[in-house]
Amino acid sequence: MSTSAQVQQMPTMKKKDFVSDQEVRWCPGCGDYAILNAVQQVFPTLGIPREKFAIVSGIGCSSRFPYYMNTYGFHSIHGRAPAIATGVKVANPDLSVWVITGDGDALSIGGNHFIHTMRRNVGLKILLFNNKIYGLTKGQYSPTSEKGKKTKSTPFGSVDRPFNPISLALGAECTFVARTVDIYQKHMKEVLTRAAAHKGTAFVEILQNCNIFNDRAFADITDKPNRDDKQVVLEQGKPLIYGKEHRRGIRMSKYLPEVVDLDGSVSEDELVVHDETRPAAYAFLLSRMLAPEFPTPIGIFRAIDTDSYEDGVNDQVRSVTEKLGEGTIESLLNAGDTWTVT
Amino acid sequence: MQLTGSQFTSTTVSMGNDVSTLPDFPAEIRAPAGTLPGVSGYQIHFSSNQIYTPGDQADVLVAMNPAALKVNLEGLKPNGVIVANTDSFSPRDLQKAHYESNPLEDGSLDGYRLFAIDVTRLTRAALKESKLDTRAVDRCKNFFALGMMYYLYERPTDVTERWLEQKFHGKDDLIKANKMALRAGVAYCEATEVFHETYKVPAAKLVPGKYRNVSGNQALSLGLVAAAKTANLPLFLGSYPITPASDILHQLAGYKNYNVETFQAEDEIAGVCAAIGAAFAGSLGVTTTSGPGVALKMEAIGLAIMVELPLIIVNVQRGGPSTGLPTKTEQADLFQAVYGRNSESSLPVLAPATPADCFNIAFEAVRIALAYMTPVIILSDGYLANGAEPWKLPAVDELPSIKTRYYTDAKSFRPYLRDKRTLARPWGIPGTPGLEHRVGGLEKNEEDGNVSYDPLNHERMVKLRAEKVQRVAQDIPDLEVLGPESGKLLLVGWGSTYGAIVSAVRRCHADGVDVSAIHLRHLFPFPRNLGAILARFEKVLVPELNSGQLATMLRSSYLKETVCLSKIQGRPFSQREVFEKINQLLERTS
Ligand SMILES: Cc1ncc(C[n+]2csc(CCOP(=O)(O)OP(=O)(O)O)c2C)c(N)n1
Ligand code: SF4
Ligand SMILES: [Mg+2]
Repeated sequence: MSTSAQVQQMPTMKKKDFVSDQEVRWCPGCGDYAILNAVQQVFPTLGIPREKFAIVSGIGCSSRFPYYMNTYGFHSIHGRAPAIATGVKVANPDLSVWVITGDGDALSIGGNHFIHTMRRNVGLKILLFNNKIYGLTKGQYSPTSEKGKKTKSTPFGSVDRPFNPISLALGAECTFVARTVDIYQKHMKEVLTRAAAHKGTAFVEILQNCNIFNDRAFADITDKPNRDDKQVVLEQGKPLIYGKEHRRGIRMSKYLPEVVDLDGSVSEDELVVHDETRPAAYAFLLSRMLAPEFPTPIGIFRAIDTDSYEDGVNDQVRSVTEKLGEGTIESLLNAGDTWTVT
Repeated sequence: MQLTGSQFTSTTVSMGNDVSTLPDFPAEIRAPAGTLPGVSGYQIHFSSNQIYTPGDQADVLVAMNPAALKVNLEGLKPNGVIVANTDSFSPRDLQKAHYESNPLEDGSLDGYRLFAIDVTRLTRAALKESKLDTRAVDRCKNFFALGMMYYLYERPTDVTERWLEQKFHGKDDLIKANKMALRAGVAYCEATEVFHETYKVPAAKLVPGKYRNVSGNQALSLGLVAAAKTANLPLFLGSYPITPASDILHQLAGYKNYNVETFQAEDEIAGVCAAIGAAFAGSLGVTTTSGPGVALKMEAIGLAIMVELPLIIVNVQRGGPSTGLPTKTEQADLFQAVYGRNSESSLPVLAPATPADCFNIAFEAVRIALAYMTPVIILSDGYLANGAEPWKLPAVDELPSIKTRYYTDAKSFRPYLRDKRTLARPWGIPGTPGLEHRVGGLEKNEEDGNVSYDPLNHERMVKLRAEKVQRVAQDIPDLEVLGPESGKLLLVGWGSTYGAIVSAVRRCHADGVDVSAIHLRHLFPFPRNLGAILARFEKVLVPELNSGQLATMLRSSYLKETVCLSKIQGRPFSQREVFEKINQLLERTS
């Protein structure tokens, strides 16, 4: 990425430097606006020159995102953004490459690319706008819609079970996995800043309200009066405590998490202390903490430091070139058995 | 058998003969040995003259078992030589090949010169000192047979011996055993004088220069790398393994020190998408596959057409539809390449004529893709991919020049402002300050490239994209007619039918018969003088390995009646099939 010398020379950028001249066309009240705002605020703070950002998206309401960012952008085809972005990143590892995708885009049509990108640990920041619905095609159920969901295509309720994007990413051994919420601007900016700095695939699920086709899908978790009882914020090195007046916590019992009341009978020492660097199995357990029994975890589930795919590819090119010498057309053509006709 | 065949080929090209080969193998990796579907064959045609095909009928057939004999006998000339390994003609072997009686004994091979030789036993005897077990020893029997052929055609064993040393480096027992089997085959013929006579095939009068034996897939890989080097671009290959295209992936994966990155993707869609991403970032994006893979890639190819990025798509065609005949050849993806996408989305389509021509076609595809900022499809096929021929190495300074121009001027940059001659848009790559812009699959506003739903703009853009591809024709050289410039009959070929057509036409010329031929390497757009040439002939014959796809395109483009010679058997045309069709059309008895 950019050296500190570059950072010093760079004129300080502001949000407006990342706003494109295109009119934003999401429905008024859509959660996507808040995400756009957070990204436009975070990018200028990252110390990366504007021309080094590339944003690649698939198809969906969410995937219109690149048009509104004054960076390099590629609005591609449904589900394929991770594959296209992989080509961008491998071809030029110096770029900061972001993927914008929806729950249908990433987990239905693009499911294959989604998991394989994570398996390889390609250095992409993948932001999944999860509104639990197909927005752009006007309201069919999606792979994250809860079972029994009534939509245009499931008038009697859906019969299939949903994916949990966090569990899926962890199953694919993604090296950075986080969840945040459209309306939590501060939290989202912190998570995005961490994602930007991560080497390898950084996956962020953003719970996003589609006020037209799936309004208040996350209200249960995010509505003010109950919010504290319905979510637990993951913080590195801190015990999992939540609830009004911090009266509840998460403890491990027989290898599984359980909710305990911190009413005096259980001490804080017994609670799970969050550590992002633990093996994926730990983060997976957290991802299975489902409502209504459990609070929904928000924050960084996992962040580990390991080699990225693009570094592997480019290191191999370098080392083979060092060993064999840089090939020329002459050496290319004359390799193998040749003979001369006179 | 494939190894033995390629060894005979290497030795033969090293002796300066012209060579053309046709490997023929089953789709199964280890199909049950001795059964009819399990037969793996290798046809070699070599000469002291220039040749264009792997030959119609063989002079010699080496049959290592009854199934091989049964499958290949019809390809042998009357009175041709059969070398049969008697050790594998047991009742059980005969039964597997559905023979009721032993053809080596029942007189059914009376029209041929039969040499029944116990190759397995002779190989065992020659290797009795070897440390290898019997199974491994028996595997050397093909090299014994190869030795016999080297004797028959007076070829040296040293090329194969050197190859064995490299191939089995570190496995001295194997090197030794195979060398011994090879030499034992030669010695056996010398000692027993089985063959009475041997054949000398002197070197062909090839154009002076440095030569190398290449298959189509090798030549294509070399062409892509050489073109990327010439254009001074990193090459990025996104691919998913599929027969008969995988060898290109294998070969390019070994060229890391040529600024080549290869990405074995999770599927064909990811392969082409990653190549498009790499092209967006400024690399030469390439994706290689066969027909079923192209079907998967089409939506992404449409995207590349819309965002107007350079991209090379290689389709090594095989028999279809669906999985079809994965290891056999066919030319039935022409419509798919030219018309097979949603909406009006044309792109240039090229096809190599011979294995060595794959090099030139790869170069030409890269030139067009970069000059016109467009995806280009190359239609190779299984026959070209696996067939091999001697290739005269081009002089590096005579290779066409290919220019790459990244746009860098922020002041004048507009993402869809077109070059006046080519209509290409500028290539402004991420990392260039001041050129930040968005591309995508939604319709573009002319020049600034912003999303536009304006009806008239859409119509203009559809036409502009089509016009850009049509303009590719302005730098395609005019077609040259083989034979008279006008007359009764013109043959129009494309792709791998070249060899059969040229040999048939030359045979006619030798007989004093007037017939002409042209060969298309550019299938979309067509060369500019094609219509004029067609108009000068009474009849047009289009031989192709499909039901008449090029013939249909010619009719619809030029309103010219065409006769189709179609063959859909997973095999290339023989020279005779084309020759006989010419005679029929000219009402000649041959
Ligand atoms: C190949 C293809 N199939 C189907 C579609 C139609 N389509 C567009 S967006 C979409 C679903 C989008 O849902 P999601 O990814 O959740 O994005 P959202 O609109 O909710 O942000 C579908 C099915 C398409 N554009 N391309
Ligand atoms: S349909 Fe839903 S997701 Fe799409 S823009 Fe409107 S509110 Fe947002
Ligand atoms: Mg959605």
